[in-house]
Amino acid sequence: MTNHWVDIKNADLIIIMGGNAAEAHPCGFKWVTEAKAHRGAKLVVVDPRFNRSAAVSDFYAPIRPGTDIAFLGGVINYLLSNNKIHEEYVKNYTNAPYLVREDFTFEEGLFSGYDADKRKYNRDTWDYALGTDGYVQIDESLQNPRCVFQLMMQHYSRYTPETVSQVCGTPKEAFLKVAEMIGETSRPDKVMTILYALGWTQHSTGSQNIRSMAMIQLLLGNIGRVGGGVNALRGHSNVQGITDMNLVSGVMPGYLRLAADEEQDFQGFLAKRALKPLRPNQMSYWQNFPKFWVSLAKTFYGNAATKENDFAYQWFPKYDKPYDVLQMFERMHNGEMNGFICQGFNPLAAVPCLQKVSAALSKLKYLVVIDPLSTETAEFWRDHGELNEVDASKIQTEVFRLPANCFVEETGSYTNSGRVLQWHWGAANGPGESKGDVEIIAGIFNKLRTMYKQDGGTFPDPILNLTWSYAIPDAPSPEELAQEFSGKALADVVDPKDPTKVLAKAGEQLASFAHLRDDGSTSSGNWLYCGSWSQAGNLMARRDTSDPSGLGFYPSWGFAWPANRRVLYNRANCDVAGKPWDPSRKTIAWNGSKWVGFDVPDMRPDAAPDEDVGPFIMHPDGVGHLFALKGMADGPFPEHYEPFETPLGVNPMHPKNPLVTSNPASRLFAYDKAQLGKADKFPYVATTYRLTEHYHYWTKNVLINSILQPSQFIEMDEELAKEKGIANGDTVKVTSNRGFIRAVAMVTKRLRTLDVDGKKVHTIGIPIHWGFIGVAKKGFLANRLTPFVGDATAHTPEFKAFLVNIEKA
Amino acid sequence: MSQGKLIERYNASERANHWLVAISFILAALSGLALFHPAFFWLTNLFGSGTWARILHPFIGALMFLLFIVMALRFWKHNRITDADRQWAKHMTEILQNKAKDLPEIGKYNLGQKYLFWALLTTITLMLISGIVIWQPWFAPLFPIPLLRIAVLVHALSAFVAILCLIVHVYASYWTRGSIRAMTRGTVTAAWAKHHHPAWFREVMNKNR
Amino acid sequence: MALQSLDIKARSATTTPSPDVRAAGAIPVAKLIDISKCIGCKACQAACMEWNDLRDTIGENVGVYDNPADLSAESWTVMRFSEVEVEQGRLEWLIRKDGCMHCANPGCLKACPSPGAIVQYSNGIVDFHEENCIGCGYCITGCPFNIPRLSKKDNKAYKCTLCSDRVAVGLEPACVKTCPTGAIVFGSKVDMIHHAEGRITDLKERGFQNAGLYDPQGVGGTHVMYVLQHADQPQLYAGLPNDPSISPMVAIWKGITKPLMNFGLGMAVLAGLFHFVTQGPNEAKEEEEEKQ
Repeated sequence: MTNHWVDIKNADLIIIMGGNAAEAHPCGFKWVTEAKAHRGAKLVVVDPRFNRSAAVSDFYAPIRPGTDIAFLGGVINYLLSNNKIHEEYVKNYTNAPYLVREDFTFEEGLFSGYDADKRKYNRDTWDYALGTDGYVQIDESLQNPRCVFQLMMQHYSRYTPETVSQVCGTPKEAFLKVAEMIGETSRPDKVMTILYALGWTQHSTGSQNIRSMAMIQLLLGNIGRVGGGVNALRGHSNVQGITDMNLVSGVMPGYLRLAADEEQDFQGFLAKRALKPLRPNQMSYWQNFPKFWVSLAKTFYGNAATKENDFAYQWFPKYDKPYDVLQMFERMHNGEMNGFICQGFNPLAAVPCLQKVSAALSKLKYLVVIDPLSTETAEFWRDHGELNEVDASKIQTEVFRLPANCFVEETGSYTNSGRVLQWHWGAANGPGESKGDVEIIAGIFNKLRTMYKQDGGTFPDPILNLTWSYAIPDAPSPEELAQEFSGKALADVVDPKDPTKVLAKAGEQLASFAHLRDDGSTSSGNWLYCGSWSQAGNLMARRDTSDPSGLGFYPSWGFAWPANRRVLYNRANCDVAGKPWDPSRKTIAWNGSKWVGFDVPDMRPDAAPDEDVGPFIMHPDGVGHLFALKGMADGPFPEHYEPFETPLGVNPMHPKNPLVTSNPASRLFAYDKAQLGKADKFPYVATTYRLTEHYHYWTKNVLINSILQPSQFIEMDEELAKEKGIANGDTVKVTSNRGFIRAVAMVTKRLRTLDVDGKKVHTIGIPIHWGFIGVAKKGFLANRLTPFVGDATAHTPEFKAFLVNIEKA
Repeated sequence: MSQGKLIERYNASERANHWLVAISFILAALSGLALFHPAFFWLTNLFGSGTWARILHPFIGALMFLLFIVMALRFWKHNRITDADRQWAKHMTEILQNKAKDLPEIGKYNLGQKYLFWALLTTITLMLISGIVIWQPWFAPLFPIPLLRIAVLVHALSAFVAILCLIVHVYASYWTRGSIRAMTRGTVTAAWAKHHHPAWFREVMNKNR
Repeated sequence: MALQSLDIKARSATTTPSPDVRAAGAIPVAKLIDISKCIGCKACQAACMEWNDLRDTIGENVGVYDNPADLSAESWTVMRFSEVEVEQGRLEWLIRKDGCMHCANPGCLKACPSPGAIVQYSNGIVDFHEENCIGCGYCITGCPFNIPRLSKKDNKAYKCTLCSDRVAVGLEPACVKTCPTGAIVFGSKVDMIHHAEGRITDLKERGFQNAGLYDPQGVGGTHVMYVLQHADQPQLYAGLPNDPSISPMVAIWKGITKPLMNFGLGMAVLAGLFHFVTQGPNEAKEEEEEKQ
């Protein structure tokens, strides 16, 4: 979230799209009801299903799964053609006036630089036109045809309300009503927030779904605003934490991008990441990358990381290709992996195409499952009848199960969706022989290190030199780890402006990432978390409910990264002169000499408004990106592509170019391409989702949750049910090209038949949560149906839109 | 009591049947009254507890119904209402005042007794039906709640009428001297028979001749 | 178990007044359920199970979100989901938390034959004391909302207690505490009515012209109230009764018939006695026998 949970209460309009906050985030949803009750806020839900969020909404619009970009593109077109944009904001805080290279093009659904064989773009042309001074050229009038604003206008002019309705199946009036409500918040005194989750990410266009809304929020001037922002509602209580620490194998903690194979030179590696400003006076905060990286390297290798050895640069891995979960299982399926440590992860249920996952796991020599519960993955080799039909005698994978504590049995920090780190204390000891995850991993590591020490091995240095200075090496304490990721001074840290002023003495915890140095005198395991455990103690454990703003910032509750900032880009909450756009929602303001207010300014504190320092300080140009430059794998502007399994067979935006029916830049392995189904055999759109009564595949082990939602079902519309002779409560068989499930049919008005491109499109809703382990009624893993394809940029699997057939079982 | 000739009015089997009905009726009435009005709730102690009274009552009731049906099958022929009965009823006031003379000749039962028979048959049947409807936990869940509500009222009203009948019956047998022995020893005096049930007396006499 | 800190105002099958001198200070309480804020998350159901140590059986999905499918001795509250189209083309998914309404004039208490099995506290909560319950199920006939359920395990009737044990020590009911959206609130009945008025104004501004409070007077008002978007059509909400009252059958049965029948039976006995002492026995005359 750019903002935080409580801040939702400050919104005037709340859009829930690509998520289902009421069901998946019922506790956080309280802030939606607060906004409605106390601000008179309106709630709009756009979703394939009339879900429990829609039940309490002011307006609901249906949409075909996998067409969010068409809808949002339509909104962008509506805002631009009806002048429903926040003009001052757009001109000053976005790259709308910036000129783009002449050779950037978009034709027939493809951006310039496409390589059809590799299914990849060369992104060189997706860049600004630089002047001779090295800065971007701009046109403040927004009239230059090569400026971002004009290119965007041209790009989205195709997304007319009629097109939206034709692609999404959303009735035109419903679309226009939503667009109109959104447009209202272009006024400086109106703010909209967007709450999304896996309903946007789990598409082959997932990242671009979110980009589209980010663009809308920039056009409306709603980013950096109290009550605004683009807000990802994270599922697991600490999934933001794991993302910050390094969920994705290509980045190190704090989103420090790991080196690629070709980046063998340390200085080159740093220079590529320490982005120089693209406009005068910009902070381009990534210029500090070397400080963050060196501090991280010092945390890893301590005294062994020296200036001479480039701070152990050669001990860090360099990636040859992405190592996302799809890639991992592809390799496993190809027999290129022989061991798999699976910690707090149930891939048989959570990675698409169960058949492939099961076959992949069967090729392993060993599988280690670290989990508090018995999981389907741990029993993938056991025959469970038609729920898991395998021949155990043919599977040679040795499975080790290491019982872990569950979250309430552990002490440590959670980072919630709002980036707030909160310390928590274990409420009980784990049962039996269970151990904390840290203890288990530490044990494995120490054993490995001993083996390397005794027996040697290929390239032992990264293992042997790793800093491991915990009081009990086999059980590092949460406090030790927290202090480590926050960071400390290894030598005295002095103020660069006044070398007599010591900011932190050697050995002290650091107060802020501003104190990190690139000379090896500081360490910090995650620069974003720096200061969370300062000399003042464990700030994550703070529980002060004072709220001087009255806007719900609670600055002394826990610690928000970065720098305890509660709303990111909060400079943009003020106009160019430094005055809040809306005095009733004031966070920071320019007081004549510095930025002060209720929140930690996301700005150099003494940067006077007339210095023109942009509010998006992480960007080298200081502004929000309507044009994404090279950041996305599949284009600088989001474009509608059909899901890989499309009910239409063509992309109605580009019916003549079969190359762009689905996302041309999404990776597609040969095996999985063959597994894709077509609309002739599988005519119905399916989408998977979670129910409020359950949490993934855990709570089917819990009696109370199982009582509240006992057994597997699917949802379908009344028209299709009638056509197929299916009555409410009948058992049905849902089949995709990859497998089938059997479930009770819930025939409901909440799913509608949509009119898409002249065709009737029926959507089948498939709640996940059932499997062959647990106390709930046994059921089929929904994953037997889902396709093994993912987003072009993030590689998140496309769980939300695929094709199935349905029949009475 | 005279030493005159004795006539058999009920054989042993009939007497046993009657008293089984009587006992189950009393038990059902006592437990039923306990559940009907708080003033009688103490009667549940006769059955062990409130819960035991609730458990036993329907079983006792059902048993009573079965026994009563057996008895009704034995006696129903004698309870067909005749013209003589209707004539007899016209003398009700005198009868109650012990002043009746020249009454029409009555068979085995007089109209009061016949009414009692039919009233009990009706109310006990109604109680059985309504009782099954409200019988927890076995049958009540099978019926809709509005029907349960009708059933509890029907059950209570039927019980009221039945108990009223019982009171009349008990009193009448006490008031009409010489009647009780018919159900205790099975015989009545000839005088009793001739006086109260002359037609029946004649019939018995003719048969014995 | 009667709770010492909650005084009993009315007691089933009891004809004399309950200790009442402290009633003057008792504040009637109420739980207000704002259906327009309810997201059907069932957290209230889970909280109810946890606080009251209830675990129903794991059932089957029967084609609806309602699970467990109905109230039971182990499920004192369930969410009832209704898909309705009040306005043509505008689907609404009304989600009502069903459970005991805690009537001011409770039909269950009226129907109950067992002294003290059902009590009404001076704050308005209607509670079942199962140790006094005899399992007759009369409360089921008495309730206009179809709430009490007999346990198949022990044949005692159970229902929501409004967490009388929590309320007695100054806590809110478990469902209220857990409700993430504030759709369930608890306080004095006066405050709850006031709170509801604010919600109704908001709903009217959002186009629900018939929004209103459900506090049915047919049962003397309730200590569990609803804010309904369509207060003119309560039946839309999974058959919430339009104008509930104690059934006339039950009212007659546990009303006028009670004294009348007692009187009738008493009179019958007395009539017999006085008939006998005034008229004497009906004896067959000796001479009749002689005539033989």
